[in-house]
Amino acid sequence: MTATTAPYAELKTPTTARRLLTAPTTGPLAALLLACVFFSLSTDQFLTGGNFSLIVQQVMVVGTLAIGQTLIILTAGIDLSCGAVMAFGSIVIAKMAAEGTLPPLAAITMGLVVCGGFGLLNGLLVQKIPLPPFIVTLGMLNVAFALTHIYSEEQTVTSLPGPLTALGETFPLGNTDITYGSLLTIVLFLLLAYALSSTGWGRHVYALGNSQEAARLNGIRTSRLTIGIYTVAGVLYGLAALLLISRTGVGDPQAGQTENLDSITAVVLGGTSLFGGRGSVLGTFIGVLIVGVFRNGLQLMGVASIYQTLITGILVILAVTVDQMSRRKSR
Amino acid sequence: MPRTIRPTPSLIRTAACLGIAALTLTACGSGSGSDSGGDSSGSVKVGLITKTDTNPFFVKMKEGAEKAAKDSGAQLITSAGKFDGDNAGQVTAIENMVAAGVKGILITPSDSKAIVPALEKARAKGILVIALDSPTDPRSAVDALFATDNLRAGELIGAYAKASMKGRTAKIATLDLAPGVAVGVQRHDGFLKGFGIGEKDPAIVCSQDTGGDQAKGQTAMENCLQKAPDINVVYTINEPAALGAYTALRAKGREKDVLIVSVDGGCTGTRAVKDGKIAATSQQYPLRMAAEGVGAVVKFAENGKKATGYTDTGVSLITDKAQAGAASKDTAYGLDNCWG
Repeated sequence: MTATTAPYAELKTPTTARRLLTAPTTGPLAALLLACVFFSLSTDQFLTGGNFSLIVQQVMVVGTLAIGQTLIILTAGIDLSCGAVMAFGSIVIAKMAAEGTLPPLAAITMGLVVCGGFGLLNGLLVQKIPLPPFIVTLGMLNVAFALTHIYSEEQTVTSLPGPLTALGETFPLGNTDITYGSLLTIVLFLLLAYALSSTGWGRHVYALGNSQEAARLNGIRTSRLTIGIYTVAGVLYGLAALLLISRTGVGDPQAGQTENLDSITAVVLGGTSLFGGRGSVLGTFIGVLIVGVFRNGLQLMGVASIYQTLITGILVILAVTVDQMSRRKSR
Repeated sequence: MPRTIRPTPSLIRTAACLGIAALTLTACGSGSGSDSGGDSSGSVKVGLITKTDTNPFFVKMKEGAEKAAKDSGAQLITSAGKFDGDNAGQVTAIENMVAAGVKGILITPSDSKAIVPALEKARAKGILVIALDSPTDPRSAVDALFATDNLRAGELIGAYAKASMKGRTAKIATLDLAPGVAVGVQRHDGFLKGFGIGEKDPAIVCSQDTGGDQAKGQTAMENCLQKAPDINVVYTINEPAALGAYTALRAKGREKDVLIVSVDGGCTGTRAVKDGKIAATSQQYPLRMAAEGVGAVVKFAENGKKATGYTDTGVSLITDKAQAGAASKDTAYGLDNCWG
């Protein structure tokens, strides 16, 4: 079980060079570091504290979504609705607060509850009927998308009250500016990484992903666990909604249209297996950073944005290939 | 217990690392060869952010900007949203360009309102920001706007359609863009103004959204013909929608007696005017928008003077069946100046 439950612990305390080489996050981490070295050598502006804090700001929204996505993929599920649910949450928060339906903090809470509700509904449909996660969340994607456009009346919500954008504000650290949202994202990653690697709940999540039947026979309440995971993911999408608002300063009904696939990209790049049971949220964090670093670095070099899409696509195929090959070898 | 997963052979991991490494280097290598031209110190950096990478209109805009940048020794950095309406993607692009040290940013805003806070941040750092093609809301969120007058573009084809109908009773279908998008609303309103009718006029028998898409334009026209088979004038938001409408009309054998008018002036669309599929179109000039935008940034870098206000980059009525009272240019001119 060690290879599946505590990949990061292995990284921190490598017993042998071989173990280090075989940790699931090694490949992604190497790719990230290589990319950083390359961009540092090719542009003057890349290797600055300000630029790194910028990259973290840019990936925090999709990063937070990707935490939820990781949890679901670890159970061998998938969530296509995360971007749309986030968009709906962000419109709920922005509109309620801007129009004074609810005080800002209550509006934020409402957004988290609404997104959590979507997650709960996803979980119930996946577990109780049961339906394939792909279909449930594909349907939910359209439901959330439509509700966003109906509720927003196609209008961007501007002039948001202060508490909604607080996470987008910065504080100085050395000669860089860090946003509170970046900090929150990092805390969320660490929190979920701890929960997955060091709690009973985490072990159950991996067990469920390896085989639901085996997990059930071992006395794990798989139904409750699955519904719980989808709900937690939903609440995370609500937090992503808040981060999105704070970052752009508006409530935007067009948001979230590619974030479902972007989050899956990050999860896969981070070495988490699409077949469930193997991977980590810290890997996902590395995956998110890989995308962010490429986008930022190529832009600084003056390379057109279409190359970023090209490279991301090739990296994803490579990452899945590695996953498949290592699975076959491990049989 | 779940199956224990054995540590995988290090060979695979190592191979993967090497693969990714090679990819990193080749991918970036190709990039540095094509666009960046190294860090030639001293040259003015200009950023161009379009709505998407793929729309021929923006491809032409980029081409115009690249040529203008080359001619004036400036370095052009480009970026785009992933889809039309991708505000977050444009925000990221703005931030990265600011980090890259651009002197000015030319942007075609996907969402006229949502982009405003990000633009304000860039302007606060002393960067000249010019909107191309589409205004921001409020317009003062940018230093200057270089764009087609979309209301005027609509007026031209409205007046042309009116002149072509000469006393016949018009039954009009409008194939529009999408609710609340300024470009679509302005062209639509301009058409009605040029035709001399109001929004509620009974002459308008059908209005449908197409998103400016050919397939959706066809569906919209099919539905309009179901609703009102005697339609004889079709206003379309752009030429793809017009060509979709033409396909629907041809299926009913109506392509000869229905007048289709459009806006954009893309090369495919202009050829369709030449072939008689579309009666007339209002041509706009993205290349000019971009070239003038780059020029304004270079000038700002030289003398510190920021471009201001609205610059109309022009629009011409293109048709081979000229009508009295509607000044037009023929398709030979249109094809010389088309984009895409």
